[in-house]
Formats: sequence, structure tokens, C-alpha cells
Amino acid sequence: MVGAALSLAGRDLRLALRQRSDAGTVVLFFVLVASLFPLAIGPAPNVLLRIAPGVIWVTALLAVLLSLERLFLADFEDGSLELLTLAPTPLSLLVLAKCLAHWLTTGLPVILAAPVIAVLYGLEADAFAPLIGAMLLGSPSLSLIGAIGAALTLGARRGGVLVPLLVLPLYVPVLIFGVLAVDAALAGLPARPHLLLLGALLLAALPLAPIAAAAALRQAVE
Amino acid sequence: MTLFEGRDLDCVRGERQVFAGLSFAVPSGGALVLHGPNGSGKSSLLRLMAGLLKPSRGHLAWDGRAVADDPDAHRARLQYLGHLDAVKSVLSVAENLDFWASAQGDGAAGVAAALERTGLAGLAEVPARMLSAGQRRRLALARLFVNRADLWLLDEPTVGLDEDSIGRLQAGLADHRRAGGRVVVATHTALDLPKAERLDLSAYQPPEDAGLEPW
Repeated sequence: MVGAALSLAGRDLRLALRQRSDAGTVVLFFVLVASLFPLAIGPAPNVLLRIAPGVIWVTALLAVLLSLERLFLADFEDGSLELLTLAPTPLSLLVLAKCLAHWLTTGLPVILAAPVIAVLYGLEADAFAPLIGAMLLGSPSLSLIGAIGAALTLGARRGGVLVPLLVLPLYVPVLIFGVLAVDAALAGLPARPHLLLLGALLLAALPLAPIAAAAALRQAVE
Repeated sequence: MTLFEGRDLDCVRGERQVFAGLSFAVPSGGALVLHGPNGSGKSSLLRLMAGLLKPSRGHLAWDGRAVADDPDAHRARLQYLGHLDAVKSVLSVAENLDFWASAQGDGAAGVAAALERTGLAGLAEVPARMLSAGQRRRLALARLFVNRADLWLLDEPTVGLDEDSIGRLQAGLADHRRAGGRVVVATHTALDLPKAERLDLSAYQPPEDAGLEPW
């Protein structure tokens, strides 16, 4: 059962590696959009420092959002999804595997690129650890919650437009605590409570989101 | 002898009734060939048998026990081949099959044998995007031979196949049935299936105005 889920995650990773442009787009989008703000707002260091946590988080969120549509779409279109719903492994476990692969190919690269943006905004070194920590705890939730939206909009025309409408409201808690963790560190306060809340969100999303997405996928293949 | 049967099945797709009052039974080693014009519900019946669709009335039973009571057990004993080949273009032929071997069953038990059976052994390392339509279909068919499943549900398995491959498929079907497996197949091509039962879906079409509300 776990072997089947791992082989699905492995297949998705292999597909992502062979079609590098897909995963590359997400990181490139993140870096480009985040570096647009200084150009638009001006190079005043205090302003940039003030908006840095918010910009990094909102941009990361949008970058993940950009990649959600194709989470299940290719499998849906080529018939693999039908077969996955018929596999003896529970579908929610397979969804979890796909979320893991999605996070490894979108969330993780964005986290790796985040320090570059942080330097660009003149973020102090003290705030780096909370920023990375918050993103490590928050971004898996983005993949998991996003999977529900991606599954619900499968088969709907203009599904790509619907996903943000469904998913963004659910991303708000992750955004708030993610930004607060960095803000707290910048203000010299402990970031720990916010990180704990992000962890709690992740622990809630980990079992619940795959179940909800699996139910939506069964509807989609009917 | 275990029996896979359906009783009084109704199927509604969207607002339209596809078929009504349909019953069938497939014994171990048996074959059921679905006939009927386009749109008569052959694919819907196969999807219903696979559990992808729910019947709006009636029920499916395996060995006298309702399939709906234990859908996991039902999924574990069937292999479904739809219109779509579920082939990933960027993976090689063997990688495609390896994945389904571990996703659907107990590991890469028979990947090499399955490639041999479908005449794809020489193409194992070729990326699937290089395959012709017929070869992709053969790759989809190879899934059947990778994991042992009792019930094969095949929707137009011969689309795009040359005569040689149809012969191989028939041999595979015969071996599967000899080992006690059962086959339900919807096809427009004449497949040589000894002692197969015929189910003509045009006999179960609802009357023309059945779905309409009186004004």
C-alpha cells in the first residue's frame, strides 16, 4: 500500500524532472514577481524591509497556486486517474503521495529561492531562520489544501480560474501566521507561537485534505 | 463456482437514461461480449461494473455478496481498460509498466513477461511518445498481464491493433479464462472468444419518451 503510494510519488518526481520547464516556471515566477516590487515601490530600505515578509509569502502563495491546476489534470486527461481510483491502495494515500511530489517540485524550490529574495529586501540574518522555518511548515499545507481545489475543479471548464477562488480563502491562515512569524522575529519577539500554529495547520491538513480531495476525484472520474 | 452478476441495473448519465432493467452473469472462466450501437451504454456498463459509476437502481454481486458492501475488495480483483491508454509520454515503455505493476499490485512481478506477451519486449527502453497509436494500445493491454486480476473489463481493446496483436490478445484472453479469470469486453471487432455469452444492449434501451416529463 505504502509501496504503491511511494511509486506514485516517484513517478511524479520523474515526470517533473523530465519536464523541467513546468517546475522551473514556478520558481522563476516567484523570483521575478518578488523582484518587481522594489522596482515599483522604490528602493527605500525601510519600506522594503517592512513589506518583505508579506511580499515573500504572497508571492510564494501565488507561485504554488499557479502550479495547482496541473496537479491532477494530466492524469485526468490521459486516463491514469481512473486507474488510480481503481487501484487497491486507498485513494487518499495516493493523493498524499501526489501532494508530496507536488511540494518537492514547487514548495521546496520556492523555499530554496526565498533567501535570495530576502537578501534583495535587506532582511536581517536573524529573520532568515524563522522565514525558512515558517515556509517549511506552511508550504506543505499549501500543496495539501490546494489539492482539494484542484480535485474539485477537474472536468470543469475554465477550472484554472476556479482554483484560486476556491483555494485562496483557505490559504489565509497560512499566510497570516507565516507573515507574523517573520514579523515577530524582526521585532525581536519569539516566532515560536506562530510556527507552532503553522505546524498545527499542517497537522490538520495532513489527514483531512487527502480525504476531501479523494472524494472530489471520485466525483470527477464518474 | 463464483459468479459475477448484475441484477436489474439502471444507468442514468446526466439527465438521460442509458439502459434499464439489465441483468447479466459471468461465471469463472466465462466471457461476456457487449454489443450494441454507439451510445447504447457499453462503456457505461463497463464503468458500472468497475465501480466508477453507481447504478441508479439494481445491484452488482460477486459470489452472492453485494459489491457495494466491499468496494475495496472489488477493486483489487479487477483490471479496467478504458478508451484512454493511461500512458505517460516522457516515460519509457518499461517505466510506464513498472509504475502500474507497483501501483496496482504486488510489485514488478511480470513486467518482462507482459512486454513479451504484447510484443513490446524490443521497445522496452523506448520513450512512450515514440510509440504509434497501436503500440500505445498494446502498452495499455500489457497492464492486464502484469498483475493477476480475476475480472478483466475491456472497452474496445482492439482499437488500433494490427492482426498480429489481435491474435496475441486472443491468446492472452484464452489463457486468462483457462486460469479461471473472466472477461467482459465491448468491441465492434470480431474477437474469437469460445463459448462467450452475448449481451445486446439495444434490448435494454428505455422507450424513446421515457425521460420526458408530461407538459
